[in-house]
Amino acid sequence: MTNRSPFLISALAFGFAFLYVPILLLIVFSFNESKLVTVWGGFSFKWYGELFQDEQLLGAAKISLLIAAMSATLATLLGTMAGLIMARFGRFKGRTLFSGMITAPMVMPEVITGLAILLMFVVLEELTGWPDGRGITTITIAHTTFAMAYVTIVIQSRLSQMDDSVEEAAMDLGARPLKVFFLITLPIIAPALVSGWLLAFTLSLDDLVTTSFAAGPSSSTLPMVVFSSVRLGVTPKINALATIVVGLATLAIVMAGYIMHRQEQQRKRAMQRALAEQDAL
Amino acid sequence: MSQQARSLQDQVARTEKGEASDLLKPLIQIEGVTKSFGDFVAVNNVSLTIYQGELFSLLGGSGCGKTTLLRMLAGFETPTSGRILIDGQDMTRVPPYERPVNMMFQSYALFPHMTVEQNVAFGLKQDGLPRDQVRQRVAEMLDLVELGHLGRRKPHELSGGQRQRVALARALAKRPKVLLLDEPLGALDKKLRERTQLELVNIQENLGITFVVVTHDQEEAMTMSTRVAIMNQGRILQVDTPHAMYEYPNTRFVAEFFGSVNIFEGPLLEDEPGHVVIGCPDLSVPIYVGHGISSREGATVYAAVRPEKIALSKEPPADATYNTATGVVEDIVYLGGESTYLVRLDSGRLVRVDLQNQTRSSEPELTWHDRVHVSWEHSNVVVVTS
Repeated sequence: MTNRSPFLISALAFGFAFLYVPILLLIVFSFNESKLVTVWGGFSFKWYGELFQDEQLLGAAKISLLIAAMSATLATLLGTMAGLIMARFGRFKGRTLFSGMITAPMVMPEVITGLAILLMFVVLEELTGWPDGRGITTITIAHTTFAMAYVTIVIQSRLSQMDDSVEEAAMDLGARPLKVFFLITLPIIAPALVSGWLLAFTLSLDDLVTTSFAAGPSSSTLPMVVFSSVRLGVTPKINALATIVVGLATLAIVMAGYIMHRQEQQRKRAMQRALAEQDAL
Repeated sequence: MSQQARSLQDQVARTEKGEASDLLKPLIQIEGVTKSFGDFVAVNNVSLTIYQGELFSLLGGSGCGKTTLLRMLAGFETPTSGRILIDGQDMTRVPPYERPVNMMFQSYALFPHMTVEQNVAFGLKQDGLPRDQVRQRVAEMLDLVELGHLGRRKPHELSGGQRQRVALARALAKRPKVLLLDEPLGALDKKLRERTQLELVNIQENLGITFVVVTHDQEEAMTMSTRVAIMNQGRILQVDTPHAMYEYPNTRFVAEFFGSVNIFEGPLLEDEPGHVVIGCPDLSVPIYVGHGISSREGATVYAAVRPEKIALSKEPPADATYNTATGVVEDIVYLGGESTYLVRLDSGRLVRVDLQNQTRSSEPELTWHDRVHVSWEHSNVVVVTS
């Protein structure tokens, strides 16, 4: 055991407290009997029960999940194409400008992105009649716009790590470029596709600002409903909802970590076996 | 080298001179190929003919253009100018997936998400071969590289040597007319490399497939090839058998790149059809060479003498009019089978001499600070003009 100074220990404690005390408080108060959020009235599951009877909240959650799934899929499709161009097209005139433009939505203030998208929809509707009002479709498009930038970065970095000669080898063995992409490139970058999709999904799920610009009257997402209900006063129901979300996220992370750890172990064992065999020869 | 390879070398030599009745068919014809990337000329006006059944090496340092030339044969790069013919057909602009050649990559480039069997089967499936034939050929190939028992493993479950064999099996599975190998042994450790060299040559001779190997390792090129081309700065300097390359280099660069050598620089004093004499300021006497060269008297030429062709003794040689000098043993490097002696000549010039260690005596006949005479036969000198 190394000797750790009290300073380091307190720095560690303070850092973690800063990150997790608010979330812990939220979880604790989700089991609060009292209607007042800040006053402890005893332990109960009451608010969880009420949560599952709240049609408005449940409906909003459903819409949010639907939009998140659709926009994540679209963003992954578009992001893969953009990432592919960035990683494989080589040098071309305006490459820097192009890559800058892809990542710009990440640093653009969301209010501006949202406003611009709203303007586009309004103009488009006047000119072509589509989209007919704002709703799930427009929110999905708006989310795809900013999520795509993140997916592109994830895919591009994975592609540039990938050994180009693997694709060349496939071509050398007689596969045409399109086949090479589907048989070789895509399976190899699949993990990046999954993490890009999940990233886009979470970004869409908790977006409030851009959504507010693109949403219509019948398409309130979960963050919008939560935000508007909090303005009228926080109910412990929201705490219960948040606790469920935190619980699900934790579960997902633990599971992903476990699977990755097991794969790594298997890989190490296989590698050792191969090396032992080679030495035995 | 097998006898088979030796007779192929002779046949190639006869074909090149055009004197044989059994002329070999050129398999690869590279005609005036140039490849530039922007201002940089990677391959500069290269012409080369490679014959059926050869194990041909492209040898050179990094950036000499050897890999670019190989990639043009595979179809990954298109020549800026010139033509490439394979088996008589113009392949200059044919994409890689339509060429009758396959390549083994330096990084092996195995498909990480496929098993060994699937890797080897990939090319066959692209050709639309029936399933049972694919299975049969895959088994055949894995037996060839002695990996039959590892077919279900993924590449990351294999050692470096096993991966190299999978890459070889995969590249051979389609029975290409030519197999291109980019530094095939570069990633293996020394012991494994030596064993694999011989195996590679055996496989090549048994299958009769023409191999074109890119390497930076002159020893590898020497042990494996029927012929070698030495490249420097995008140009081919010499194409020859390893033996001719070593004994009759045509330039100073080739002499120095292909093995070690002592180069003596000096003006040409006498230029006769049967011999030449070179004045060398590093030696006290001139150098006499037993062959004529095409140069003019007074021109600066280079006399190249291999370290193992120099005699070292405490006694002066019988005839001291040419090809000798005196010096002091400055350093001795013991290499097991032989020892390298570095002799500082009286002129200050360092000469390298390799001597066989024929006895186990720990006290060598010559030791540090001994005054010695270096000398060599006039037939053991090669004169190059550049």
